[in-house]
Amino acid sequence: MDNRKLFVSSHAPYWHNGSSIAIKSYNIMLAALPAVLLGIYQYGMPALGVVTFSISCAMIWELVMNVVMRRPVSIGDGNAAVIGLMFAMLLPAATPWWVVLIGTFLAVVVGKQIFGGIGCNPLNPALVAIAMISLSWKGILDFNEALLNYELGFPMTYPLATLKYLGVEAVSEYGAGALLMGCHTGGIGSTFGLGLIAGGIYLILRGFIRWEIAVSFLAGVFITALLFKVANPETYAGPLFHLFTGYTLIGAFFLATEDSSSPVNFIPMLIYGALAGLLTVLIRNIGAMVDGVVFAILMLNCANPLLDKIRPKALGKEMENA
Amino acid sequence: MIKKPFFGFGKPKLDYAGISGLEQGEVKEIPLPERAVLFVEAPHPTVSDISFQVGDEIKTGQNLKVSPFSKSTFTSTVTGAITDISKKTGYLGKTFLSVSIDVSETDQWDDAFSLAVQTSEPEKAGPYLNGLPGISDMDALIHPETPLKTIVVNGMDKDLLVTTQQMVVKSQADDLKEGIGYLKKITGNPKVILVVPPDLSAEAAKSGAQVQTITPSYPNSLPEMIMKDVLNQVVPAGTDCSSLGVGFITAEGVAALKSAVTEGKPPVTKMVTVIGKNEKTQVVRVRMGTPIKAVLQFLNTGALQIPLEQGDRLAIGGPMTGRSIYTEDMPVLQDTDAIMVQGKDQLALNANDPCVNCGECIRACPVQIPVNMLVRLLENSHYEEAAQEYDLFSCIECGLCSYVCEAKIPVFHYIMLGKYELSLMEQAEESVNG
Repeated sequence: MDNRKLFVSSHAPYWHNGSSIAIKSYNIMLAALPAVLLGIYQYGMPALGVVTFSISCAMIWELVMNVVMRRPVSIGDGNAAVIGLMFAMLLPAATPWWVVLIGTFLAVVVGKQIFGGIGCNPLNPALVAIAMISLSWKGILDFNEALLNYELGFPMTYPLATLKYLGVEAVSEYGAGALLMGCHTGGIGSTFGLGLIAGGIYLILRGFIRWEIAVSFLAGVFITALLFKVANPETYAGPLFHLFTGYTLIGAFFLATEDSSSPVNFIPMLIYGALAGLLTVLIRNIGAMVDGVVFAILMLNCANPLLDKIRPKALGKEMENA
Repeated sequence: MIKKPFFGFGKPKLDYAGISGLEQGEVKEIPLPERAVLFVEAPHPTVSDISFQVGDEIKTGQNLKVSPFSKSTFTSTVTGAITDISKKTGYLGKTFLSVSIDVSETDQWDDAFSLAVQTSEPEKAGPYLNGLPGISDMDALIHPETPLKTIVVNGMDKDLLVTTQQMVVKSQADDLKEGIGYLKKITGNPKVILVVPPDLSAEAAKSGAQVQTITPSYPNSLPEMIMKDVLNQVVPAGTDCSSLGVGFITAEGVAALKSAVTEGKPPVTKMVTVIGKNEKTQVVRVRMGTPIKAVLQFLNTGALQIPLEQGDRLAIGGPMTGRSIYTEDMPVLQDTDAIMVQGKDQLALNANDPCVNCGECIRACPVQIPVNMLVRLLENSHYEEAAQEYDLFSCIECGLCSYVCEAKIPVFHYIMLGKYELSLMEQAEESVNG
């Protein structure tokens, strides 16, 4: 055997831009921090408990599934932690521990791992869990019921529920500024509008989420709500109220933009976002549910493969029958 | 290695190395090696058919036919005795004959060359011109399937960091003029366009050809992109530029034609950009056939130190489209524009993650291929569907999809594998149908 030097051989390219799934995951968590921290500040230890327990459970479920399915351990990519964090951000602070445990199971195992793990989930995992929890246990995601024992110096009723059951008159006290600053009830990490917007803009500028989806989602909500308001100002709330309440902002920047379940081409991204926004307001205004973001995004997740068929013609591709 | 910028939501921006930025501007001459290796492409060589053998003395510039039954010829770039003939398999299963020669110090020139190139019959000159530096396939220009309307002389390098062709345009601009004249003569007087980066337009203008500048950002110098941006023609997927009557030749090839014709001797040296571990580059002039080992050893005596160790990467070509090789004994050949060495701590390695559908490849792809779908099919060996539905053959092989891939999937590798597997299937079908 000669003592020839051995070189590393692989196919070109030999450069990489340095991006990775882990970097993206950690940045998403970083961007979500302002909203989460305000939630923890407002609701105290219970909120901190839900957030940390949710992240740990999600990672443990991921690890369990790695072992069971004999796949390489994948918690290092941060995706499970992101799912856990997103799930916690949607929950009320007083969520019991078993809901978090079951919810993260639904998110990580049912929402993601049974489809084949990261990249294979057709729906947003955190939303799958929220949808199943809200359909299975009525009271858990009823914020009025869940946050009954809190008094934080602002109206402790869930704005969207108030709108639904008491009409547009009852929500006139909510100003856009107060809503943006998180002075309304809701999920742990979904009420601090300004924090969510700042996080979202950070992610857009860094290239971790797509502005097309976030902007078209918000535009869809705004325009649809505006049309309702113009058509019948006595029955329907204004566009800003819809933008800053419920899950709209977290949906626009953190949920609808989830990679695997959203389109990648330009026009499909715009359609996806706009339709999800439209559907959100439709469900809120004329549907049975209080908030429409969860089901609107899940619905559009299903349409994602179809939407992505709208794509530019590749260079040199000859059109059939042309 | 150019990383993604902190704020980056658009396409990757990769600029070609400009010639003005070169630290060591002058071209270094590499001395004649003791032993040279020449590669000749030979589709199905059986060693017994070969018309030369170990021990034969050959002269510089001598044109040798591989076997009586084959059209393949090669031009020796050194004088000496053949010490070894062996078969090698290269990229995409191409087979080569590797001919090793013990080099004697003084060159003896073969006369047949000057006679051949100075006739006005391109058929006779063709085989001799094929071996010139920067020319990979002269026959395609002399005997094109579709009549040639335009020849593009590419004064731009194919890959990042490489400055070989730009150096030729800068230092041999006068040669280009005569070279283009000769090129027109042997190819039936087509239109000739010289493509250069903006900072070389003054030098290029001396050539007298029609000069077109292109934005020096990757992958604008690939033939399909030049076709689109300069000639406003789209190459149909699955074909190449020659089907539209456009031929490509490098600036170095044109300069070599000029030297061949005026001096009656084939140019036997090649300009090569050597890319070191810290991405410092040095342009060298080296006798074709010189093993890469000898080039690096010589450079290590000078300013640019390139220690090559176990676990490093050695590649022929640039960082985006180069081909990594497993031995330093590989020679510099007529199309070796660059030699790249990457230290083991600089390697960009692939990972085992699946596609997460982030869409970075879609935005990076210069030809709008749905890479996210394509890679899913290729990973699962659905090559035919990949070609029909997801534009496999539109790919111009730039490698940007792999460069931006967040999951570090070897997308470019999958694409080349898909194309190769389909070509094998096509061959199998042809052999069945007779």
